[in-house]
Amino acid sequence: MGATLFDKIWSQHRLAEDEGGKTLLYIDRVVVDDVRAPQVLKNLERRALAIRRPDLAVVVQDHSVPSFQTHTGLGGSIFVDATREAARRHGLRLLDVGDAEQGISHVVLPALGLVLPGSTYLCVDSHSPTVGGAGAIGLACGSTELEHVLATQAMWVRKPPQMRLTLESTLGEGVYAKDVILYLIGRLGIDMARGVALELAGGLIASLSVEARLTLCNMAVELGTRTCIVAPDEKTFAWLATLPHAPRGEMWNSAYAYWQELRSNRDANFDIDLKIDCADLVPQITWGTSPAQVTSIVGHVPATAAQAGLDEAVWQRALGYMDLPPGARLAGTRIDRVFIGSCTNARLEDIESAARVAVGRKVAAHVKAVVVPGSRAVSRQAQEQGLRDILVDAGFLWGEPGCSMCAGGGGEMVEAGERIVSTTNRNFEDRQGVGVRTHLASPATVAAAAVMGEICDPRPLMRSIEGA
Amino acid sequence: MEKFTILRGAAAPLLVDNINTDQIAPVQFMRALEPDYQTALFARWRCDLDKPFVLDMPRFHRAPILVTGANFGCGSAREIAVWALAAHGVRCIVARNFSEVYRESLIKNGMLPVVLAPADRLAFEQQVLAVDGQSPFEIDLTARTIACPDGTAITFEIEAGERTSLLEGLDDVAMTLRHRLLIETWESRVATHQPWLQQVTSPD
Repeated sequence: MGATLFDKIWSQHRLAEDEGGKTLLYIDRVVVDDVRAPQVLKNLERRALAIRRPDLAVVVQDHSVPSFQTHTGLGGSIFVDATREAARRHGLRLLDVGDAEQGISHVVLPALGLVLPGSTYLCVDSHSPTVGGAGAIGLACGSTELEHVLATQAMWVRKPPQMRLTLESTLGEGVYAKDVILYLIGRLGIDMARGVALELAGGLIASLSVEARLTLCNMAVELGTRTCIVAPDEKTFAWLATLPHAPRGEMWNSAYAYWQELRSNRDANFDIDLKIDCADLVPQITWGTSPAQVTSIVGHVPATAAQAGLDEAVWQRALGYMDLPPGARLAGTRIDRVFIGSCTNARLEDIESAARVAVGRKVAAHVKAVVVPGSRAVSRQAQEQGLRDILVDAGFLWGEPGCSMCAGGGGEMVEAGERIVSTTNRNFEDRQGVGVRTHLASPATVAAAAVMGEICDPRPLMRSIEGA
Repeated sequence: MEKFTILRGAAAPLLVDNINTDQIAPVQFMRALEPDYQTALFARWRCDLDKPFVLDMPRFHRAPILVTGANFGCGSAREIAVWALAAHGVRCIVARNFSEVYRESLIKNGMLPVVLAPADRLAFEQQVLAVDGQSPFEIDLTARTIACPDGTAITFEIEAGERTSLLEGLDDVAMTLRHRLLIETWESRVATHQPWLQQVTSPD
């Protein structure tokens, strides 16, 4: 009794413990991305190590895919080419540039049913916990650990402390999962949840789609969590039932019965257990150089370091970098560029919410606007539903699926010193380019900034797409 | 992996909190398959000519100990942020605390992450600043101590398994494969009871 959802998945996957109490955990699905694949697979050869379960590994092309080059299926960056070659050499499943299943790891794996509730998932990428939105434990590690996991199908991990956030209320028009997680990071900071396994629960979570839950778990990483998970429910199962690689027939029935148990017991014990009411939440946007430096879209930059809860030096540096005066109103700040994409916000619902703002409007003349769908499937569905046409007609560029401007691995850098409103997850100094001033926000808020040419509240701009 | 037993050398202070991996090794410097890791190291901070970067000062040239703030290594999981420091000669990082993924990557590279007890931390940091690279510190992993130039010794904690792995420079894969039977037993049990975990279903 007293087991949490995390405890249940953890104990089912526990193989052994070491002298210091670390657990050897079985890893069900391993993702090797295009930044790591060339080197990691070559190192395995050098060490004469075989991949223990090539059938449970997936190689993805995401970080290095150029957003605006024509692909013949053979072109791409040196990483794309080296990754393709290494995956073929090892006989691994490859979601290659141009394939129908290609996209960002944490977008495509859950959306294909390649990661399932109650499973463990590992990728050399800090946003691996995204898959918690589908009820799986996502873990990140470094490249050397990936070699170990590919060779053994297991990982030594210290069991993290556990935290639960119970979120109540429902979201109003124009307010999204991205606003919820930005609000939580702003409110809790980056210390409280450092290293924990976080469970998100409550009426608000129940009301959200699986895609929205993936967004929440994705960005919970910026709270410092080790992983983040939502208990799967009927909404999750209905979503899973439509996915190409989900179990079927008899196997579906047994999996479905098993998944019913994947929830924290009523008397489960958490090291930190908080309830937060999100009633009347408004869209959020960051003003500084940490995802915790956030305010509401109708709010202001804090007036003093004390008000921001920061050391004077950190405060001065953040405002200097962002070129904003203390106490400034965010809305009305002129911008140069917008980006909609990344493992945080590049799913169909994200594209749809942006289209609901952009429909019948034009991107402001001085703004460069880019949408990069999270996967080829999202791109195709957006096309079928007319969302792509709405955004392209408004003046957005539509890119090849991949990570694109989140970290610029495919070469898509933002020009030095530009101010960008972005649906990505990190607003660190120089993250998107030298001196680039990043404001993180939801796809709707980003689309609103694009058409108005300045930071603004998306809520008055939301339209019905059918009625346009 | 190189064994870590005793390390003696300069301790370079970089007492800033929340240093992220985008700062330690910017992604723009990773666009070669085998990049020069040293070039990436704090590349943006090191191009500020008015403010020489601590590891570029002659007295901290190849300093093996870096002393830094809270949440060191947060952000991306990219291991180049560990390799860049290793390429510069760093073998031990004393931080107020670490991002867990970064800390684990240090261990995997035979580098020692140290978090001191709050009571010892401030005195240690002050001494590092006061000594300013003029005298060496000595870290003894067997004894779990840092010997300071003023003659004092500070004890630190480290998980037993991690300590053994660093001291002996063990091959992690060989260690884990000692549990091969457990892994195989787990796989065959799960293949029977939760087969969806042990196989990838093909689309119709």
